[in-house]
Amino acid sequence: MEAEVVAALEPEDDQQGMYLTFELDREYYGVWIGYVSEIIGILPFTEVPELPAFVRGIFNLRGQIIPLMDMRLRFQKQFVEYDERSCVIVIEVGNNTVGLIVDSVSEVISFEEADIIQQPMLSSGVSNQFVKSIGKVGNAVKLLLDCDKLLSNQEVEILTNQKDEG
Amino acid sequence: MLNPCDKPDVREVTNVTRNFENEPMMEVYIFETTQNLEQLEQVIICSEKNGGFTPDDVSEIFRFMHTIKGSSAMMLFDNIEKVAHVVEDIFYFIREQKPDGLDFSAVSDLVLECVDFIKAEVKKIADLSDADGDPVFLIEQLNTFLDELRNIFGAESNQNKNQKKQQQYYIPQEKKQDLPSTEDWLAQESGMASEGACYHVIVHYDDDCKMENIRAYTLVFGLAEMVEEVYYLPADIADNPQTASYIRENGFEIFFKTEISYEEIKAHFENIIYIDQLLFREIEDHRLDAFRNTPKEAPSIDNFALPDRDLCMPASSPANVIVTEDPQKNNTTATQKMISVNVDKLDNLMNLVGELMITESMVTQCPEVEAIQSENFHKASIELHKITVELQDMVMSIRMVPLSTTFVKMNRIVRDMCKKLNREVVLDLYGEETEVDKNIIEHISDPLMHIIRNAIDHGIESEAERLAKGKDKAGHIVLEAKNVGSDVLIVIKDDGRGLNKERILEKARQNDLLTKPEAEMSDRDIFKLILLPGFSTKENITEFSGRGVGMDVVTKNLDEVGGTVLVDSEVDHGTTITLKIPLTLAIVEGMNIRVGKSRYTIPITTISESFRPDQKDCMMDPDNNEMVMIRGQCYPILRLHQHYQIKNAETDLTKGILIMVEQEEKVICVFADELLGQQQVVVKALPNYVNSMKKILGLAGCTLLPDGSISLIMDISGLTGLRVQ
Repeated sequence: MEAEVVAALEPEDDQQGMYLTFELDREYYGVWIGYVSEIIGILPFTEVPELPAFVRGIFNLRGQIIPLMDMRLRFQKQFVEYDERSCVIVIEVGNNTVGLIVDSVSEVISFEEADIIQQPMLSSGVSNQFVKSIGKVGNAVKLLLDCDKLLSNQEVEILTNQKDEG
Repeated sequence: MLNPCDKPDVREVTNVTRNFENEPMMEVYIFETTQNLEQLEQVIICSEKNGGFTPDDVSEIFRFMHTIKGSSAMMLFDNIEKVAHVVEDIFYFIREQKPDGLDFSAVSDLVLECVDFIKAEVKKIADLSDADGDPVFLIEQLNTFLDELRNIFGAESNQNKNQKKQQQYYIPQEKKQDLPSTEDWLAQESGMASEGACYHVIVHYDDDCKMENIRAYTLVFGLAEMVEEVYYLPADIADNPQTASYIRENGFEIFFKTEISYEEIKAHFENIIYIDQLLFREIEDHRLDAFRNTPKEAPSIDNFALPDRDLCMPASSPANVIVTEDPQKNNTTATQKMISVNVDKLDNLMNLVGELMITESMVTQCPEVEAIQSENFHKASIELHKITVELQDMVMSIRMVPLSTTFVKMNRIVRDMCKKLNREVVLDLYGEETEVDKNIIEHISDPLMHIIRNAIDHGIESEAERLAKGKDKAGHIVLEAKNVGSDVLIVIKDDGRGLNKERILEKARQNDLLTKPEAEMSDRDIFKLILLPGFSTKENITEFSGRGVGMDVVTKNLDEVGGTVLVDSEVDHGTTITLKIPLTLAIVEGMNIRVGKSRYTIPITTISESFRPDQKDCMMDPDNNEMVMIRGQCYPILRLHQHYQIKNAETDLTKGILIMVEQEEKVICVFADELLGQQQVVVKALPNYVNSMKKILGLAGCTLLPDGSISLIMDISGLTGLRVQ
């Protein structure tokens, strides 16, 4: 259903302030809709050794092999088993196509420019370094993710060891 | 009109040749040339839009023309070759002199006209008619332009240019249609064709010269350039080896017509080696009529299919073909046999078939469905399964092509070059059955051609020089393909003089191609310089190489498939060029194994055996490394579940299975839960994101199993390095 919404809003120029929001550990995040290629349920995946814990493995999406990133683990939150609400948001950023596992997908929100606060002052927690800006909807806020940073591997080496410990 | 004598000799050459070409090569030529022309056109049009040629454009146009020239020469389409050669000259001039204020549009017009000409010729070839376009005027025009370019370079006015441009662009078009004037020109040039004298020659070869039919073919071939018409008996010398014995007994008869003097033509024959007896006499023109009439019943296009060719193979003129061509026989199958399909579409098709496989198994293996008590249904579902499997095989096989076609093509190049350069070179092919992706084939055929040309032209010494060095008289070139680890290697090795480091450096200095201090350059770095555009150490430009174009085609094409080029050389021992192509697109025969829930695929070529060890054969060395004793030999054990930290895997050696793998003479026993079976798999790279994150030792890529799950392909050389020193 969300996928249909995405498809309907295809024209590039209309996408500027549009974000697909999802829930993760009772918080709401948003990814810019231009990055999102589709939303699917959790498919069987293959574990790949020696990767950081948040990369759960790779899966086959119609012949394309896509890594699967658990967003809870990525943000160093408690891992929970996937249920029927769990979703994979497939994003394409540059050459990389990655599936993000989230608790659930909520909706596509169109933000006015004034509602997006750039460069928020946040503490330097792991999850916050991926937040580019904050979008306001009424009283609620959505944390808008910096997808480039999400897929960059700068801090990966520090995190790589975690799987070994677990 | 029907008299073939009116036509220039070039056509006859083409015509004779056609009959001997093997079809696949022709198809490839047509396909490649068409593609090259299209790209060339794009470059020109693009640069015209941008208001001028960038150095890159010039190099690129040069490269296209070079490739077209090369392959046309190989297929003996001289007209096309000549045109391409002159265009290449012009761009060579532009590239080297970099003239200021060059009239780009004039150049573009001219080049596009040439492209049109070649296109028309290729079209004719594709339609199995004669490539009979007359390049003479075009070439003349190109030469005039080149001369003017040379003259006015540095001091030209725009007016001058405009005039010239008009000359070049408009007049030729009229002239081309103006048939009489072309004929006038021809008459001036070659004398009145019909005045030539006719000869009848019977050739007897030496008793022990062997392959008489091939020698006869070469003879006719050499003659073709000198004569108006040529007919010979037996006619099917090129593809019927039995004619050799016929010639041995009865001699080889040639009828031809030429305006070259009796003395000259006789001298030509006397110079041919292995001729034992020569019967030479002049005959009346009408004696040839018998042959001339033959084309009416048997147009050259149908000669392939005609069984009664025993009499004669006529070199019919284009005019004849037009008259005799049966519209229903108008045969364009040559192009239809090969269609160019976007590889993306093939990818999509393969993905869809993969999906189909999964869905098929989901449907037929669903418990409710399995419970259905209907024999018909189960028959149908077995049928469905069979068809889907076949479909998958088919899709896989569409993409995979053995290298043999490409390799065999090189034989031709070697042969032609040896002839022209008067050198003896033996080409040895190994591993041509290696299958690579269609994509890769398209990208390596040009590089191979250029490398081999360079090897013959620059690498292999003259006979005298070789003998002086104590080498075998004939040069050797080895062309080898093999699967190594995660790559396909194509090795081109010659035993020539090797590369001269000093001269490479000198030339690089001259052209300002050095990117780092000479002192820091390793031998390989220096040799790599020859791959740069515009690099050639050869002083003389020959027909084949020496202009520094070519080797950069190699790098460019390999870059496109993510491959690399390695150059090794030793003075007087030869040069080895290795093209390393990633396995990404290649196919491997693999053994699927299971460890815990994960599946891995081991390339079958690395597996020596698999077995379940006895407890007593397993032991630990003092460093706690596990070993297994087989037939008195000790081999290290690598537990995959331990190495990759896979949960829920078998840990008891006597309950799982050991697979002994060997690569580069290192042996290791891999411990897995079980073997799942052998299968051909298409290797895919791990996703970008994973690759950029970490290089996982021991993994070469991944593949999709028929059930849609992913198996990881092991890189055995990476694994053996882990435990074996």
